Order: sequence, then structure tokens, then C-alpha cells
Amino acid sequence: MRHIISILMENEAGALSRVAGLFSARGYNIESLTVAATEDESLSRMTLVTRGTDEVIEQITKQLNKLIDVVKLMDMHEGPHIEREMMLIKVRAAGPAREEVKRLADIFRGRIIDVSDTTYTIEVTGTSEKLDAFVGAIIRTDIIEVVRSGVTGIARGERALHL
Amino acid sequence: MPDIRAFFWFFDFAGTRETKQVELTGAEIFVRSLVEQGIERVFGYPGGAVLPIYDALFQQDELQHVLVRHEQAATHAADGYARSTGRPGVVLVTSGPGATNAVTGIATAYMDSIPLVVFTGQVPTALIGNDAFQEVDSVGITRPCVKHNFLVKDVNDLAVTIRKAFYVAMTGRPGPVVVDIPKDVATARAEFHYPKRISMRSYNPVTRGHPRQIKKAVDLMLSAKRPMLYTGGGVILANASSQLTEMTKLLGYPITNTLMGLGAFPATHRQNLGMLGMHGTYEANMGMHNCDVLIAIGARFDDRVTGNVDKFCPTATVIHVDIDPASISKNVKVDVPIVGPVDQVLKEMLKVLKESKKKPDADAQKAWWKQIEEWRDMDCLKYDHDSDLIKPQFVLEKLYEVTKGKAFVTSDVGQHQMWAAQFYKFDKPNRWINSGGLGTMGFGLPAAMGVQFAHPKETVACVTGEGSIQMCIQELSTCRQYGLPLKIINLNNGYLGMVRQWQQFFYDGRYAMSYMESLPDFVKLAESYGHVGMQITRPEDVEPALKEAFKMKDRLVFMDFLTDKSENVYPMIPAGAGQNEMILV
Repeated sequence: MRHIISILMENEAGALSRVAGLFSARGYNIESLTVAATEDESLSRMTLVTRGTDEVIEQITKQLNKLIDVVKLMDMHEGPHIEREMMLIKVRAAGPAREEVKRLADIFRGRIIDVSDTTYTIEVTGTSEKLDAFVGAIIRTDIIEVVRSGVTGIARGERALHL
Repeated sequence: MPDIRAFFWFFDFAGTRETKQVELTGAEIFVRSLVEQGIERVFGYPGGAVLPIYDALFQQDELQHVLVRHEQAATHAADGYARSTGRPGVVLVTSGPGATNAVTGIATAYMDSIPLVVFTGQVPTALIGNDAFQEVDSVGITRPCVKHNFLVKDVNDLAVTIRKAFYVAMTGRPGPVVVDIPKDVATARAEFHYPKRISMRSYNPVTRGHPRQIKKAVDLMLSAKRPMLYTGGGVILANASSQLTEMTKLLGYPITNTLMGLGAFPATHRQNLGMLGMHGTYEANMGMHNCDVLIAIGARFDDRVTGNVDKFCPTATVIHVDIDPASISKNVKVDVPIVGPVDQVLKEMLKVLKESKKKPDADAQKAWWKQIEEWRDMDCLKYDHDSDLIKPQFVLEKLYEVTKGKAFVTSDVGQHQMWAAQFYKFDKPNRWINSGGLGTMGFGLPAAMGVQFAHPKETVACVTGEGSIQMCIQELSTCRQYGLPLKIINLNNGYLGMVRQWQQFFYDGRYAMSYMESLPDFVKLAESYGHVGMQITRPEDVEPALKEAFKMKDRLVFMDFLTDKSENVYPMIPAGAGQNEMILV
């Protein structure tokens, strides 16, 4: 099953490689990984998406917790949560396709953030499935470039990952 | 003449100047920190990047430095020191090849959860990343085989980083920690303050097992019909062998120890069924396979213990006590997990046990012991006593007798290691020193040096083979320099015996590269280092030779026993088999 794991880590050099190294050394897979500082500059927040049986996910969270730089972590799937991913997609937009792409972007609540004679660059935000659906809706040969931020997530309500 | 500088310093009340005067170089901070930490000895080897530190070591006499002949040996010696004392081992090596040579020893300590702090020199901070001479990314290389590591970029962080390194290495599930110190950090100056206590918000090892889980476990233990205690290195690391012994005797249950756990419960006690696992005893493995309640303490269900996990303890409810939550249900599903320090949990268990009105089921115990004794009567460790050749098992039996079971015994890796584990009966913890997890050939001799440094008056034997000993044989020179009176028991069968055994069993006797040709004359080799060498070729000479060797209290004696080339280690659980599917002779 797919899990989103959020990690608060000491904002130290090499912290990212400790997590990445753990995953490669133990043969776990990472579907996406994002990391940035938080409002507290001494902490980084990492969000990673992984897949595995319950036993594997249990081992992953235990092994992550064992890393000395990991302060706290949360498996988003233990409660209600919101996930978001952001995508920038550059598509060919010339002739009749130009209107069609604009309409599609509107349907997906995307925003056109750059325009040229022949292209649109669109920003779409949502769950990974929504971004997949948008990519699927555009004619394959019209896609010039896709950039995805990787998944971030946050728990709903009072539940939170903080010190 | 009184020291005039001290005199002036005493009367110097100018605050700012005084602060400046207590500034030390990074190298001096290194030395002071180790002294404050209570460290008396460092195992190491000098080189360019650590020259400032060696210069500081040279100018003091509180911290002893032991010069080895290869950095791998420095880590193994510190490891042997740690395993035999429970105190952290300390290593100092230079950058680049110094650090990479140390990696094998660091990984060895990591696999067996041994507290080491390894200091590696590094090129100056300005050169890091420039492919400088003797530069290697030590933090990167060691990351997968340390509990944690640090690169110190600012001399102001040095003392607190050293304090953290010892704290992390020694607490929770222990392990090696690497501290990488660039050369310019060792020469820069800072005020010295070594914190007595330290806390880290990201690292809070468990200090107590959950009381309700402990009660639940005790209740389950007392309901058992066919109980089995299975204990590992965690008991020794937690210094909990007295609690384990008391609890085991109180319960009257059978106990088996892993390779790492030998000595935690007296081997000569009737309740001890010996070692379990791939080369464990028949009674221990059969006891495991047939038990209904398995009480695992400080053990990690390693594949060499479980055999095929699908066939492991099929009828057992499993209790598992371990300091490391990640060890629980990693390989085998656990029913009653208790995360906590083994010593504390055992103390609590004992308390609950003594207060409990429930007692072990006497009739069930009688029947269970009857079954166990039948297994024990198989005498699975028997071997040919009438051979004209020296049987390796015979040497170990005699070693046990001659040393009255009181020696510290280190071993290398292979057949000799298994025979030592089977035939030397350890009644005390911290006496059996071997590389269990990583299986590092070359470990035995340098580890024995560390043990001898820690216990100068004790008898230290290194059980090895002609393959393993040659992996760190240069350390005979270190032994000479420091006058270490080790006794080396070389079981020389001309083969990499364990490799040969597997080739015989599983590769139709195609002995690829397992025969050792062009062996040195070990007697002359030992003598060339200034030690005593002996070669023993006949069974009747084994005991007299051992007696003679162990009488030489102040000399290293290298005993080269030419043993039966065809002897194998039995019993054996082949790969993929269950614990009840042993090959018995």
C-alpha cells in the first residue's frame, strides 16, 4: 500500500543522504521525496511516499526513527490528511489546440503562468491522481516538459507533526 | 624552580586576557575531552591529517596511545577492549586510507552493537571536495555502518560533538560513531568546555519497558508447558547476566544462548542447552522448534539462528525483550513485545515473578525436561577420540581444561570459531569475543590485544585458523612492542575449513580456492617477531604443549596445531531448512 511519511529532522548537512541511504541499503522504494526547512530553521521537514506491506512500512518507520537526526515522524495514513502535489507542465499550444488546452486547464483549476506564441506553461495543484489525470487528458505529443514537486501532506484537524 | 607562568596566571585578573589564555587548539581539546570522558587508551595509527592531534598526544601522559600496524586492527583492538569491559573503545586514524582501512572494523562493531568512537582525520575544510591528497568522504563511506557520524567543521563544536559521540555510542542499542576532524579544526583555537551531561532532542533511547507488557509476559511465561529462553548479545551489552541467571534459575526453564550471548548464563549449568542455530546443539534447536512459549531476550532472530523463518518455532507464542524497536517483528512475528533496556526489564520481570502467586507447571516441566534430556543424550558434539590426527575439537576441550574455563577467548571466523563456541564453556559474560554479525576474518588477534590491554593480568587466548590469522598477522609486531602475552591457538588444517565444508556439502566437493598453499612456517614467523612458536602434530602432545604455553605468563606463544583436514562442524542446519532439520555427523 502507498504511504506518505512526514519526517521532522535536524537541519544538518547530510540529513537527506541518511534517509536516502537507509532506503537504498534496506531495499525500500521511494516514489517521491521532498525536503525543505520549516518555520524553525533548525528543522527540515521531509515528505516521502513509499509503498510496501504493513510489515515493511512498520520497519521503514522504525528504521527512520532510529536515525539520530530524525526528531519525529508521522505516517499520514494513520488518520485523515490532505495531500498536495504541484506540477508545472509546458504544452504545445498553437492553432486550434490553443483553446482546447486553455479549457482543460480551467477544468482542472490550473493556472497558465507563462505564454508564448506556441506554448502554454500551466501550474496544476492537487493530489497525485489529479495531476496524473491532467497529464492523461493532454495529447501525449503536445507535452513538452513536466515538472512535479513530489507529494507533501498535512494531517487534518488538531493532529499535527510538530515539536 | 616554581612554574612562573602559573604564578602569573594566578594573579591575572584581567578578564579578557584570562579567557584567551584558556583557549586550546582543536588537538588539545580532543585530548582533554577524552580525558574528561574517562578514556585511558586510544588505538591508532598516525598520518598527515592527524599530525596536530598526534603532536598533542605526544605532549601529555594521561591518555595512552597504542600503535597498531594497520588501521583495521586499531578498530578490532578497540572493539575487543569494549566487548571485554563494557566501556567504549576509542580509535584514532588519519584521513583517506586510514579511514577506509578502519571501515571493516567499524562495520564489525556495528553488526554486533559495540560502542566505539572512531576519530578520523580529514583534509583541511578548505580542501574538502577538491580530491585532495588522502581525501575520502569518511562520513559518506561510513554512513551505512555506523550508529551515527559527525563532520566537525568548527573548532567551537569539537568538544560538544565528542561528548555527543560518546553519548550516542554508549546509550540505547550501542554502536560505533565516527567523528571526522579536518586538520585545520585540529589547529584552530577555541575555549574548552566539556559538557558533563548532554541531551539531544532527536535521540531519546527508551529507559523502561512497559510495565503492563512485562506483567503480560510473566503471566505467559508461567503458563508455559514447553518454555524456552533464547538470549543474545543484548544481555551482555546491558550487563544483565546476573538478572538473567537469577530469573532462569527461579523459573527452572531451559535456556539457549546465541553465538553473541555465550556466557550470559553459565554454560556448565544443567539448564543451559548450549548454543542454538546453524551449528547449535541438537537439544537447543529441538527445544526451540518444539517450545510453546519462546522468551527471547536481547537477541535479534538472525538468519543463522532461525534457519528458514517459515519453519521457525511453529508452535510458539513469542515474547521479545529488546532495546531496539526495529528488532521487534523484523524477521519473526512477536506476540508480546517489550521495548526497553534488558537489565531494567529483567529486574522488573523478577519482581513480578517473585510477587506472583502462579508457579511454573511442575508436571509439564517434568515432561518437557524428560524430552530435552532425551535430545541431550544424542550427544550431538561427539567426535572421534581415537584418531591419530589432532581433532580440532580435542584442542578446544583441552584449552578449556588447561585454562580452567577462566580465559578470555577471542576468535576469528570459520570452523575454529564454531568449535570454540561449542567446546569452550563460558560461565561468565564478556569472556567470549568474536565477530558474530559481520563474520570478519582477521578479528581475533587484534581483538585479543584490546582484551589484554583491558585485563593485563588475565589469560587471553586467540583461537584462529591459518586462513584468518594471516589477515591481521602483522599485529604480532604490536604484541611485541607492548609485551602482550597472548596465547594463539592456530587450528591449522591447510584449508579455509568452513568454505571447504560448504563445498563438500553443497558443491560436490569442488574445493575452489579453499586450500591454503604456501603457508609460512608459523614457528619461525612467531620467533622472528620475538615471540615463542610451537608446532604440535600429535594428539598426545596437545595437552602438554598447552600447559607449557600457558605457564609462560610473560610471553606470546603461537601454537600451530596441525589438525585433521577433513573434520567438519556438526550439527549443521543447511540453508533453507528448519531448526529441526539438522545434519548430525
